[in-house]
Amino acid sequence: MTATSDDRARRGLRESATFDRATIAAIQRAAETGIYDIRGWGSKRALPHFDDLLFLGASVSRYPLEGYRERCGTDVVLGGRHAKFPLHLDIPVTVAGMSFGALSGRAKEALGRGASDVGSSTTTGDGGMTPEERGSSKHLVYQYLPNRYGMNPDDLRRADAIEIVLGQGAKPGGGGMLLGQKVSERVAGMRDLPVGIDQRSASRHPDWTGPDDLTIKINELREITDWEKPIYVKVGASRTYYDVKLAVHAGADVVVVDGMQGGTAATQEVFIENVGIPTLAAIPQAVQALQELGVHKRPDGVQLIVSGGIRNGGDVAKCLALGADAVAIGTAALIALGDNDPRYEEDYERLGSAAGFYDAFQAGLDPAGITTQDPELQQRLDPVEGGRRVANYLRVLTMEAQTIARACGKAHVTHLEPEDMVATSIEGAAMARVPLAGTSWIPGWNNGGSL
Amino acid sequence: MSAADTTFDLARVPLREVNQALHAPGLSGSFVIEGAAGAHNVAVGLDAPVSVTVEGHVGYYAAGMNQQAEVTIHGNAGTGLAENMMSGSVHVTGNASQSAGATGRGGLLVIDGDAGARCGISLKGLDIVVGGSVGHMSAFMAQRGRLVVRGDAGEALGDSVYEARIYLRGTATSLGADCVEKAMGPEHLAELAGLLKAAGYDDDPTTYTRLGSARTLYHFHADNSY
Repeated sequence: MTATSDDRARRGLRESATFDRATIAAIQRAAETGIYDIRGWGSKRALPHFDDLLFLGASVSRYPLEGYRERCGTDVVLGGRHAKFPLHLDIPVTVAGMSFGALSGRAKEALGRGASDVGSSTTTGDGGMTPEERGSSKHLVYQYLPNRYGMNPDDLRRADAIEIVLGQGAKPGGGGMLLGQKVSERVAGMRDLPVGIDQRSASRHPDWTGPDDLTIKINELREITDWEKPIYVKVGASRTYYDVKLAVHAGADVVVVDGMQGGTAATQEVFIENVGIPTLAAIPQAVQALQELGVHKRPDGVQLIVSGGIRNGGDVAKCLALGADAVAIGTAALIALGDNDPRYEEDYERLGSAAGFYDAFQAGLDPAGITTQDPELQQRLDPVEGGRRVANYLRVLTMEAQTIARACGKAHVTHLEPEDMVATSIEGAAMARVPLAGTSWIPGWNNGGSL
Repeated sequence: MSAADTTFDLARVPLREVNQALHAPGLSGSFVIEGAAGAHNVAVGLDAPVSVTVEGHVGYYAAGMNQQAEVTIHGNAGTGLAENMMSGSVHVTGNASQSAGATGRGGLLVIDGDAGARCGISLKGLDIVVGGSVGHMSAFMAQRGRLVVRGDAGEALGDSVYEARIYLRGTATSLGADCVEKAMGPEHLAELAGLLKAAGYDDDPTTYTRLGSARTLYHFHADNSY
């Protein structure tokens, strides 16, 4: 019988903080297989996050708005800088790009249904645009990715916005990998690949080499679509201040910053856990860049969308308070759909995992039928019911953010500001650039601070 | 040059107006663009069976994402010529810079002169015929389509190539990972002859070498060394 942790403690056994059980298992696995670990999901290590922040509800020095009675707006306009047709969303929570291929067609349809139900947008991914996704999405953002799988000008024109993806929070600077198990006939057809082989994704766009080229590339996409669509530029959070500045200079209408807690379909574990910066640290850098360029929070300015580990309305409110115009959810949307649902516990165990822990998205065996191309598994997900769940979740996120905004006396969720928050840790205070609770101390910033 | 229905002079008319006119619904006929002077994004996003002739050099992404149109550029072309082209044809009488035909999915791209680095990178179905030589990393991660090079190739030709076919008349400085010489069967000779003819050349196909994927990278192995 396996000893419990109490038994071990009584025997004086002490686990190493450096070589904990997960680390030991990883070393043993590497020694056995000779290859690095690939998995989905985002960073699993503990990082400074939105939990390090608290809101200062109104009392005497500020007065709150009455819950449910006094209006607190949630709408947002994205891409008013150059586009003939900016996106008008009813809520500031969008669905992040996730590919058909990594996800099943039914999952993509469900995300589109859910986002549309609440007047928000969803986003394509590496695999191109599917008819079910376009058909179910009122507002669809079409990703222009380094791989250009399935890229074609008809879909550019069918989209409501175009997102040039330069990086992803889970792997800034890295390409991707869709293992052959998921390259079905349909996926292969869309990606111009043979069926069943591994798809190796490029880490950078094949026809540009830097920000000057990006300027021309953005104009090319605008010319092709007759300047109708907002152009987003998405970066993985790393050198965020500089990346955002260059993206704005290049002409982006919207900048999307994806923090380290952002998910991925599949990449090296070492990459997920060791490259990039936390979402919390990235937002103030991005905002500072936008402010210095005079384009932050202006009708003709550049909007900021933040993603990477957003879980609840508190996280949404904190992103907005730090200066984002909207947020995007990926992993949380999959969980809302049914990813890691305990009702598939036996299946997860059979795969060597457990509900709540499953991250082998690359294997194509997802019991929830979401991150798979297996025809039978896909049937487990009802796109109508999935869409209902996603819509519910998006509504809850929005209502929670409104609740906090009203408590802070704001008539619109985007009126939240850094002054509405304090931090509970020195790390959180330094990264978010808000004072440590009960003090006026912002580590590294009270004396002017610099990057 | 045959008489054109419409002539634009980019020295006088903004690029936006020219591209807008070329996107008009139900477009037909032939068009001439003068005064390009290295302008970027010339004649991008065309989607009509028209003929467009550009007199002079063009900058980046000329004829990008072309569909149906026959575009001829009398001059040199900058980076990303005919990127992600879908169908139709693009013909450059001079040289092309890097990433010519990048990610192209269909149609025919002919470059009479040389092409720079990464010609046909991430190719997805387009056919490219280069009259001269190509630079390093050409056909990198090329998935589908054909690249014909009448001259030489730089380093790492066909690195990580999937199912695209490469026909090379000269020599390559080196072949990239997983790219190997393959037998030239009758079907390949016929295919090459057709491509050369479409591009306006009558070379003897037997003077070419066929290159393609050894398919050792098709499945994730522990012994991948890079």
